[in-house]
Amino acid sequence: MLDSYLPIIVLIGIAVGFAICTTIFSRLIGQKKPTEVKLAPYECGMPPVGSARERMSMKFYIIAMLFIVFDIEAVFLYPWAVMFKKLGLFGFVEMGVFIAILLVGYIYVWKKGALEWE
Amino acid sequence: MDNLMQIAMQNVNYGSIMPSLVLCIFGMALLLINVFLPRGKTTPASWIALIGLVVTAVFAARGWGDPQFGFAGHVALDKFASFSNIIFLFSAGLTILMSDEYLQREGYPIGEYYPLILFATAGAMWMASGTDMMTIFLGLEVLSISLYILAGMFRGQLRSNEAGLKYFLLGAFSTGFLVYGIALIYGVSGTTNVADIGMYLKSHPAMLGNPMTIAGMLLISVGFLFKIGAAPFHMWAPDVYQGAPTPITAFMSAGPKAAALVAFVRILILGLDGLQGDWTSLLWVLAVLTMTVGNIIAINQTNIKRMLAYSSISHAGYALVGLVAANQIGVSGILFYMLAYTFMNLGAFAVLVLAGKKGEENLTLEGFAGFGFKRPFLGVAMSIFLISLMGIPTTAGFAGKFYIFAGAIKAGYIWLAVLGVLNSAVSLYYYLRVMVYMYFKEPAEDYGWVTLHAGAVISIIISVVGVFYLGLIPGKVMEMARMALFF
Amino acid sequence: MQDYSLLWLIPFFPLVGSIINGLFGKKIRNEALIGTIGTAAIGASFVVSCTYFFKLLGDAEKIHETTIFGAMGSGTWMNVGQLQIDWGFLLDPLSALMIMVVTGVGSLIHLYSIGYMHGEEGFYRFFSYLNLFCFSMLMLVLGNNAMVMFIGWEGVGLCSYLLIGYYFEKKSAGDAAKKAFVVNRVGDFGFLIGLFLLFWSLGQKGVRTIRFTEIAANAHLLENGGTIVTIVTLCFFLGATGKSAQIPLYTWLPDAMEGPTPVSALIHAATMVTAGVYMIGRMNGLFAMAPDTMMVIAIVGAATAIFAASIGLAQNDIKRVLAYSTVSQLGYMFLAMGVGAFTAGIFHLMTHAFFKACLFLGSGSVIHGMHHAYHHAHLHDDPQDMRNMGGLRKKMPITFITFLVSTIAIAGIPGFSGFFSKDEILWWSFGSTRGGWILWVVGAIAAGMTAFYMFRLVFMTFFGEQKTDPRAKDHIPESGLTITIPLMVLGALAVIGGYIGVPAILGGANHIHHFLEPVFGQAQKLHAIEAHGSHATEYGLMGISVGIAVIGIFGAWFMYVKNPEMPKQLVAKFKWLHTAIFNKWFVDELYDAMFVNATKRAGRICWKGFDLPIIDGIVNGVGWLVRGFSAALRYTQSGQIHSYAMAMVIGAVIIVAAYVL
Repeated sequence: MLDSYLPIIVLIGIAVGFAICTTIFSRLIGQKKPTEVKLAPYECGMPPVGSARERMSMKFYIIAMLFIVFDIEAVFLYPWAVMFKKLGLFGFVEMGVFIAILLVGYIYVWKKGALEWE
Repeated sequence: MDNLMQIAMQNVNYGSIMPSLVLCIFGMALLLINVFLPRGKTTPASWIALIGLVVTAVFAARGWGDPQFGFAGHVALDKFASFSNIIFLFSAGLTILMSDEYLQREGYPIGEYYPLILFATAGAMWMASGTDMMTIFLGLEVLSISLYILAGMFRGQLRSNEAGLKYFLLGAFSTGFLVYGIALIYGVSGTTNVADIGMYLKSHPAMLGNPMTIAGMLLISVGFLFKIGAAPFHMWAPDVYQGAPTPITAFMSAGPKAAALVAFVRILILGLDGLQGDWTSLLWVLAVLTMTVGNIIAINQTNIKRMLAYSSISHAGYALVGLVAANQIGVSGILFYMLAYTFMNLGAFAVLVLAGKKGEENLTLEGFAGFGFKRPFLGVAMSIFLISLMGIPTTAGFAGKFYIFAGAIKAGYIWLAVLGVLNSAVSLYYYLRVMVYMYFKEPAEDYGWVTLHAGAVISIIISVVGVFYLGLIPGKVMEMARMALFF
Repeated sequence: MQDYSLLWLIPFFPLVGSIINGLFGKKIRNEALIGTIGTAAIGASFVVSCTYFFKLLGDAEKIHETTIFGAMGSGTWMNVGQLQIDWGFLLDPLSALMIMVVTGVGSLIHLYSIGYMHGEEGFYRFFSYLNLFCFSMLMLVLGNNAMVMFIGWEGVGLCSYLLIGYYFEKKSAGDAAKKAFVVNRVGDFGFLIGLFLLFWSLGQKGVRTIRFTEIAANAHLLENGGTIVTIVTLCFFLGATGKSAQIPLYTWLPDAMEGPTPVSALIHAATMVTAGVYMIGRMNGLFAMAPDTMMVIAIVGAATAIFAASIGLAQNDIKRVLAYSTVSQLGYMFLAMGVGAFTAGIFHLMTHAFFKACLFLGSGSVIHGMHHAYHHAHLHDDPQDMRNMGGLRKKMPITFITFLVSTIAIAGIPGFSGFFSKDEILWWSFGSTRGGWILWVVGAIAAGMTAFYMFRLVFMTFFGEQKTDPRAKDHIPESGLTITIPLMVLGALAVIGGYIGVPAILGGANHIHHFLEPVFGQAQKLHAIEAHGSHATEYGLMGISVGIAVIGIFGAWFMYVKNPEMPKQLVAKFKWLHTAIFNKWFVDELYDAMFVNATKRAGRICWKGFDLPIIDGIVNGVGWLVRGFSAALRYTQSGQIHSYAMAMVIGAVIIVAAYVL
């Protein structure tokens, strides 16, 4: 039974080996002229160092939440699409109900103005 | 694979979830209607919600004569669920009745309030009719999430915020215990279906002694005991009850608590029957602890809402006594008691709703001085509810306690019954004290701000009728509660 | 089979009236409205009672049981083990007669009270209590099982307490109320013990019930004349002596006259005090099985009749005379029950309700007038003292005539209601298989005394010269219509009420006897209880008792009209006897010395020696401890969410560890 996991182990081995190799080789052969910008983990975006207690606007959370909800909707749609023919009309109606429920949420969110950034 | 559809169709049976389905449809419709209503206008919503409850009640009552099973054994609308559903519907209905004017007064006429109550009730119904751990869990989450929001509904009030957040964090925490327990039991038995778990444990007695089974049972118990508000998992209750909007506090202490209890009953008696010796000894200790802690802390409270919150903990303790007894009288006593408690507690809270000023700073003992004379109707009603909470004969509280303790005695737990009665005696002190303040203290104020709103008055009248009906003629309802049992 | 399902309406109306007046009476304030609500409530009951009464008259089936929801089986009050107790009602000839008396006389007295209580502080309170009393009394008589009857039994006791203490600012009223309550508790104790014993002993035979019909049907399971039946019935009888003021528990009733006069008329003459008689009638099957108990009842009844009548001879307070007369007449009823003349007892109960209510209301009318006059003249004389009255017949003609009619009725003059009922009792006490000639002698003497003191009352009050203070004597008015209408109705009933029970030898059909036959006939037949004797004896006894009554009346006329100085001379001559009678044979003092003070002393010892140091110590200690705990436990409720979570974890860990390890 464990045999079936072998490819995964091999994959893990290759991935780890590759990561280690690239790090070692780049250190060995690469040139080193460090500047402050170069040493930073990301060269663009927000300053990486600061107070951890900074407040984020509620809007981010709301958007993130909405994203998750509709993302899951998409996730559900895939297996249904695969089995569409077998499930037939029943499956179609069920999915219709599911989407209708999400639609209620969508209209609600929309009318509440959660989708507007300003 | 070709007959996948047939299999799915056969097992669906919408009849088994009809009540909650209707509630959800009403809830969603209300959400949409709300968005299109002008801001701050919630009265129509409350009426629609009430209509929804009535329609649901019709479907819930149908399950009484014609039990429905569906979704491959995940859901059962049997007599047990049907009776419980009526409890939830009463608690939701009384809550909605007393809410509208309250929301206006406190300055939070938020339309989402009513759909959320409907969703919470639907969740409670899934818990009651769930015959699979996952359905019960699903119901629990729907119920809890709605309640988290409702508790924190008053965004501008610090206490309400605190209540919502506390309830959410601790509730999520306790859910962890519950899910872990379910996982362990699943690991042992290979199923999440409650009845199947029971069958498995019966045919594999060796597994009963397995630490994993016992740990699973204990963790599930912890999860439910949290929801019931039993000691030592009760600590959230006073803070949340005090901070939440008053009608929501009333709702939480009756409906959802009953939901957790009935689901707990189904899991323990149907699924974990083999471990009865273990869970009764656990619940024996916790029931005593719960009654005692609730009562003892309640004694020192001067805020009536908080006092009722603690007393609600002790009432959960009384209900657990029936579960310890685990016999016909005890368990049907739980059903009866939760119905009785719904009336007396929601009635008392309805009086508080009417008596409060904006912000409810006056709901203290001092604030009730002379209330009985200045407001005779509310005074008498409050006295009736308090007397019932004490458990004095001719009221619902007495009949409920009588059946629960009778169950304990019949099962041989004499000491438990004695401790229960002693605890009731302790509770006399703080309930009576409210009456003393109402009738024997000089009125501090003229209570001129108290106006009788139709909704709250109706809910008080319904509660009074309920308290006396169950107190004077308990026979009929008790008979129904006994018929509702699944064992 | 006719429909009797709305019986519950009969007690329901007064309950509603009581609640309305009790809750909102203070707000309503309008006396007319409050009085109308109260009277309408009981009046509605009367109408319903009449309907059912006549329905029952025309119905072949005479015994009907229902519950509040109509059908038997619904309306369960409680289910304890195999015992099911319903909110059930029983309509049979006995209870039908009782509800007619209670609602009929009750309605009249409510009407009367509107005028009588005019201007009293707490007018609404009075009507609320009065309605509540009617509710309780109707529950008592209609209950189909002993628990419902017991609720009524306690309820009337409570209302009696509240109404005796109506003028609670007066110490004497408060004391009297307390006395009535305590003495009644002694009786209630007997009732309960009897009930438990009965339930237990029937339970031994496999019958678990407290429904009267089932008790009657299963009474034969118990040993006829056995110890158990005797003890059970004696316990019930003890209950009856408390409620119905018989020796030894009669002392509360005269004191109960502290209450307003309509209360005395309704509760302490017409209805509540007859509850004991009714209860024995209700359980006649059981009592018939215990000849020893019956004998005790007959003796106690006869003794009470003559004892109370003797006290009545020398009282000067108009209401007190009537109170002792009531005790004495109740003694007659018990005498009847004791000799097995159940029908006669209930018959006398009914006629007594008419004439005694009339007498009390008449005395109320007199007091009302006297009070008015004294008030007008700013005097503080006692308006109830007969020595201040006299010659009132011209001032209050209606009151006088109705009063006189009722007095003739109670004295037992042929043609008036009291004659028929009293005569039947006396005949049975002589001729019954359970009777004896000595009972008849005692009863006949008591009847003579009754005639004497009642006419003494009439002569002192209405005849002779007016002895009222001259400043007040011209201001005594006749009472208004709300007072005189009930008087006239009751006076008329006092005359004609007896004609439903004219005995066969006087050519009557004795309707009441046939009407009550379904209730009492079976037990009387089963235990061969009957009165036998020749017609000559019956005529002879009737003649003698009428003769004694006439002698009594003549004596009163001779002493109080012809020779007004004679009583004083007699008093001087028989000083010791008068002192003894005037002071009610010193029974109160005796009870005080024997029971009250002893109990007080024992109570004091318990209080100082046991209660204070030990019980209080424990109670206060527990209280202190609990509060201490409470304060300490409060600190666990810190409000910190992480400490809550921590507590949960610790709790869970302890629980899991306790089991798994």
